[in-house]
Amino acid sequence: MALHQNLTLIHLIAMNKKFVLGIYDDEDVLLEAIENVRAAGTKIYDVFSPYPVHGIDDVLGIKRSRLPIVAFFCGLFGTSFALWMQIWMLGFDWPMIIGGKPHIAIPAFIPVTFELTVLCAAFGMVITFFIVQRLRPSLKVNVFDKRSTDDKFVMAIEVKEGVTDMNALNSLLRSNGAIEVNEKEVIK
Amino acid sequence: MTEERLIIPRKTNNKFFLMIAIGVVLVIAGIIFMASGGGADHGAGHGEVAGHEPASWLKRLLMSLWLNNVYFSGIAIIGVFFVAVQYVAYAGWSVLIKRIPEALGYFLPIGGAIMIILFLVGGHDIFHWTHEYLYDINDERYDPIIAGKAGYLNFWFFLIRMIIFFAVWILFFNWLRRNSVNEDLQGGTAYYHKSIRISAMFLVFFGVSSSMAAWDWVLSIDTHWYSTMFGWYVFASWFVAGLAAITLTVIILKQNGYLKMVNANHLHDLGKFVFAFSIFWTYIWFSQFMLIWYANIPEESLYFLARLDEHYKWVFFTNLIVNFAFPFLVLMTRDAKRQMIMLKIVTIAILLGHWLDFYLMMMPGTMRGDAGIGFIEIGSTLVFLGVFLLTFTKGLAKASLVPVNHPFLEESVHHHV
Repeated sequence: MALHQNLTLIHLIAMNKKFVLGIYDDEDVLLEAIENVRAAGTKIYDVFSPYPVHGIDDVLGIKRSRLPIVAFFCGLFGTSFALWMQIWMLGFDWPMIIGGKPHIAIPAFIPVTFELTVLCAAFGMVITFFIVQRLRPSLKVNVFDKRSTDDKFVMAIEVKEGVTDMNALNSLLRSNGAIEVNEKEVIK
Repeated sequence: MTEERLIIPRKTNNKFFLMIAIGVVLVIAGIIFMASGGGADHGAGHGEVAGHEPASWLKRLLMSLWLNNVYFSGIAIIGVFFVAVQYVAYAGWSVLIKRIPEALGYFLPIGGAIMIILFLVGGHDIFHWTHEYLYDINDERYDPIIAGKAGYLNFWFFLIRMIIFFAVWILFFNWLRRNSVNEDLQGGTAYYHKSIRISAMFLVFFGVSSSMAAWDWVLSIDTHWYSTMFGWYVFASWFVAGLAAITLTVIILKQNGYLKMVNANHLHDLGKFVFAFSIFWTYIWFSQFMLIWYANIPEESLYFLARLDEHYKWVFFTNLIVNFAFPFLVLMTRDAKRQMIMLKIVTIAILLGHWLDFYLMMMPGTMRGDAGIGFIEIGSTLVFLGVFLLTFTKGLAKASLVPVNHPFLEESVHHHV
């Protein structure tokens, strides 16, 4: 019996995560709060906002996305693929005289090359983003507080059982302008 | 917000005067060199052309003056155009740098005056179509194609267009500038709303006049040839050069301790403008080139054949490398657009590159095989640059560099990208 209870407990700890949510209603207060909370040594899980907030990446310490590098190489692939395809098809595999031009007529290939460069860069970026973020049709998203899609900012801090001092956290958030502090358990 | 007054040290002004003096000396040296037969060696390679005489030094001088005048006047009007676009777009980010494009327009009266004088003095040397005999059906040199264009391409209509374009451009420049300076003194939003209406009117006029100016001042040099892309092509060339001039000025002012509130975010947006419109110019260039290349109709492809012969080949390809490949690759990353040194290198390259672009548009149709970049071209460019910088910096010093009462100033100060 005791063993069974313990197993259930372990099961619960592994499956559920507990978060403390600081609710803010002002962008500037939020930015300052993020800085202070991080300075106090508390790790912020994420911040949810109804719209993109200028400067929030910097205060949260989020590194710049490396997606542009992917875009560059996908674009480079598109350029080389398009040129190779046209040169091989029209120059070697099935040479045809079109408009009296040479088989490999580079100026005529440029529109296609341009389009494939843009296409590959764009699709490459979107697909890479989906993969990196693990976005997929069956994905279940935990919405911490529905008001973060309306008019409130939500700062989520993960609670580590036995480590996090709930009272201290509560007062830290409140002293930094949180209008509410809630707790939420989510099933991972 | 605090005012920032630009003070041009006497040393800087002297540098501009020195630039003009060196330019004049170079031009005179070039003329003496050519008049004493220095350019005659060119003639040997063109012996097959019957009755070909090397172009005179006067023609060469007139062409280099015309080239520089069209180039610098273009940059000047692009300044006004840029400000007008910012107003109509309700742009906030550009407020801190708006006084720079605004002051570019101070060159317009000089450019207009020089252009009218050059046309009156050297019209025959610059424009083949100005010769009376082309329209005389009894003359053996009668040209039915040019005669068919007489309704548009005739001396008086051309001159009237030139005067109207410059007069209206200068009018709008003064109007916008006056509103902007009065806003500094009086405050309020009335000047802002008025400037939007003025800008909208100007943009409509500029949309038509920039194209027509391109046909008149550049395209009509190659009278038989025509391209429907040409108005856009010249506009694109002017616009990139103008954006490069604005960006370079911002950086130079910033490095001399002015424009304290301008930061990497503003430079980033200017860099994006330069980057994007380099590509835009290339897009227009290619659209014009490819259709003519593909169709291969003799009277159209002649234009590019003249530019791809041994004399101009290097300019043709340098043009593409400096104005497309270089800014495209260098300014591609975010960091490059936020660093002054990168932007400085690219904008200087673009300013030189688009001067070459105009060189390539004008010289093959006039100087043919006798064109070159020598004392006369470099000298007259230095003279124009010196005059341009004198008027531009003088205009810039007339008002605060920060438009203190602009309603979007606060937004520009906190601009973040």
